[in-house]
Amino acid sequence: MADKIAPATAPMGTPLIDMRNISIAFGGIRAVDDASIDLFPGEVVALLGHNGAGKSTLIKILSGAYKRDAGQIFVNGEEASISNPRDAKKYGIETIYQTLALADNVDAAANLFLGRELMTGWGTLDDVAMEAEARKVMGRLNPRFQRFKEPVIKLSGGQRQSVAIARAILFNARILIMDEPTAALGPQETAQVGELVKQLKSDGIGIFLISHDIHDVFELADRVCVMKNGQVVGTARTTDVTQDEVLGMIILGKCPPGAIPGPGALKIAA
Amino acid sequence: MTDTTSNQPVGSTAADRARASELSAVGRFLKATELDTRMLGMVGALLVIWVGIHILSGGLFLTPRNLWNLSVQTSSVAIMATGMVLVIVMRNIDLSVGSVEGVIGMIMGVAQAEFLIRVVGFQLGNPWLWIIALAAGVALGLLIGAFQGFIIAYMEVPAFIVTLGGLLVWRGMAWLITSGRTVAPLDTTFQLMGGGPRGSIGATASWIVGVVACVAVAFLLLNGRSQRKRFHFPLRPVWAETLLGVVACAAILGAVWIANSYPWPIGIVRQYAQQNGITVPEGGLYIAHGIAIPVLMAVAVGIIMTFITKRTRFGRYVFAIGGNPEAAELAGINTRWVTMKVFMIMGVLAAVSAAISSARLNASTNALGTLDELLVIAAAVIGGTSLAGGSGTVMGAMLGALLMQSLQSGMVLLGIDSPLQSIVVGAVLVVAVWLDTVYRKRV
Repeated sequence: MADKIAPATAPMGTPLIDMRNISIAFGGIRAVDDASIDLFPGEVVALLGHNGAGKSTLIKILSGAYKRDAGQIFVNGEEASISNPRDAKKYGIETIYQTLALADNVDAAANLFLGRELMTGWGTLDDVAMEAEARKVMGRLNPRFQRFKEPVIKLSGGQRQSVAIARAILFNARILIMDEPTAALGPQETAQVGELVKQLKSDGIGIFLISHDIHDVFELADRVCVMKNGQVVGTARTTDVTQDEVLGMIILGKCPPGAIPGPGALKIAA
Repeated sequence: MTDTTSNQPVGSTAADRARASELSAVGRFLKATELDTRMLGMVGALLVIWVGIHILSGGLFLTPRNLWNLSVQTSSVAIMATGMVLVIVMRNIDLSVGSVEGVIGMIMGVAQAEFLIRVVGFQLGNPWLWIIALAAGVALGLLIGAFQGFIIAYMEVPAFIVTLGGLLVWRGMAWLITSGRTVAPLDTTFQLMGGGPRGSIGATASWIVGVVACVAVAFLLLNGRSQRKRFHFPLRPVWAETLLGVVACAAILGAVWIANSYPWPIGIVRQYAQQNGITVPEGGLYIAHGIAIPVLMAVAVGIIMTFITKRTRFGRYVFAIGGNPEAAELAGINTRWVTMKVFMIMGVLAAVSAAISSARLNASTNALGTLDELLVIAAAVIGGTSLAGGSGTVMGAMLGALLMQSLQSGMVLLGIDSPLQSIVVGAVLVVAVWLDTVYRKRV
């Protein structure tokens, strides 16, 4: 098994996140099968693969939405016990879900602080303070956003997306998981998210990026990790492989020479 | 930001005038007062029903006596409806509230009229009788709610099934406690919760309550305004604020006036005069009922529940879970525990309603609260609680309860047979929800 990462291609130091030999099965289907992946501070690692390859599932294990059947998760070199979303947030892991996971019937501020509300000295909700904070963070992400009093269901796709992103960065995340963060966005907003990713990266935040857009991936990610049928095909620095080679990994499971093969790599007939 | 602080009916800036001119007079009014149109619609429907029944019954409905009775009859269902709002907002249902009310009424009755006297040896009239009985009832409500809530939240049995089971189980229990025997009479202090001449606070106290409530309304309006001003949020025009305040105070004081216009019956006045050594003057002695204690309890519950839904973390979570359960879970909210707590609140409210209903009957019967679950659910739904979850207001549900009760007691006044009453109530429920669906699509 090729779970040792060659020092030549891996960044040095303690990984921020190190997921080892993770497996999970739903019914009889092994959605994630012995997958290992790591992430270093200030690094963007893109997770690629077909629909149903197991990327979202793997990431939901890290964010605490699913409980793994097997494997270990290390945060900063120490084994972490993550069994629900609250645990993950304790370790500074924030997630922007593909579905955005917004409570549609409450306003933006309520969504930003959902589960972590600001309270007044009386133990009641401090809506005013929350709205003020929300205005600050939204002003950074989407300066034209003004609809703070409306339930988020009334917002446009891009506005909803920026609420979801704002929620993830509001609490000083150390590890950010972005599942298709630009799926609902126009070109200009996509570029904004790209800028944001670069800015967060320079702050030393580690980012897992799930995307179908291979151009995005090559522009933003330092490394790619390709999954197929729940297994890791291989991991590579984006400088060591071409886009075609990555497509080959996604479609055929064929690991190019520049990548470190995983358990899911196509076995070449001897 | 538009300048809406002007005290003229129409905003003073050109932009505002231009925008305002696009709206009709009604539209401008609604925009300025920020009133909820569906709530206004409900108040309108209520008035139509009241005036309609008043005319049809030849002037029997809109009398102080009938309105006072209506307020007492409404309180029990209104109290439970506030809890049902939370249950339904979380996409659950509670079919067991009527039966829970029944079994708790029975326990409270047996406790004060039999157990504490015969077994523990308390004297009749001991104040601990009603305190212990009420506390035991509330505790039992909490336990039943926790039990059902646990099965729903942690064992993942659908609420519909758990509470359908509860509907049968608790009604059966209510019967078993005394093998169907009715327990009466209840403690005299406990009876005050049922209303009646002695269960009302009298004219002076009612006026005080009314004035305090008006001061509170004024304070809330002013406080809201200063908060908005401090953070430069748009303000309502002054005339709109004033109008809201005046209408609210007029409604409160009007209600107090009506309650104070309903005098004690002559027989009770005579009895009271004898007991207190007062000689009844020539034209009779006028003693007003004032606001009934159960109504005060319902208002208090309404205020507390509104506070819980709007101002506490728990209330926020209930609505967030109703809006998107998965998102709430992913946000780290302990959705199971919140679900269980909602059912615990529902149980406590059923206990309060049980106290009021049994006190009003001055007896505990195993049939107490039969079919109340349907009235409670209907009140919540007519009051704008969406069965799809995520939306609903306590105030709306209480108005819904008043509407249902108005229809029912109005039909009794009109002498309509009870099968026909059921038909009307059922039809009204369906039509009301249909209207609500249409309204939601349009907005």
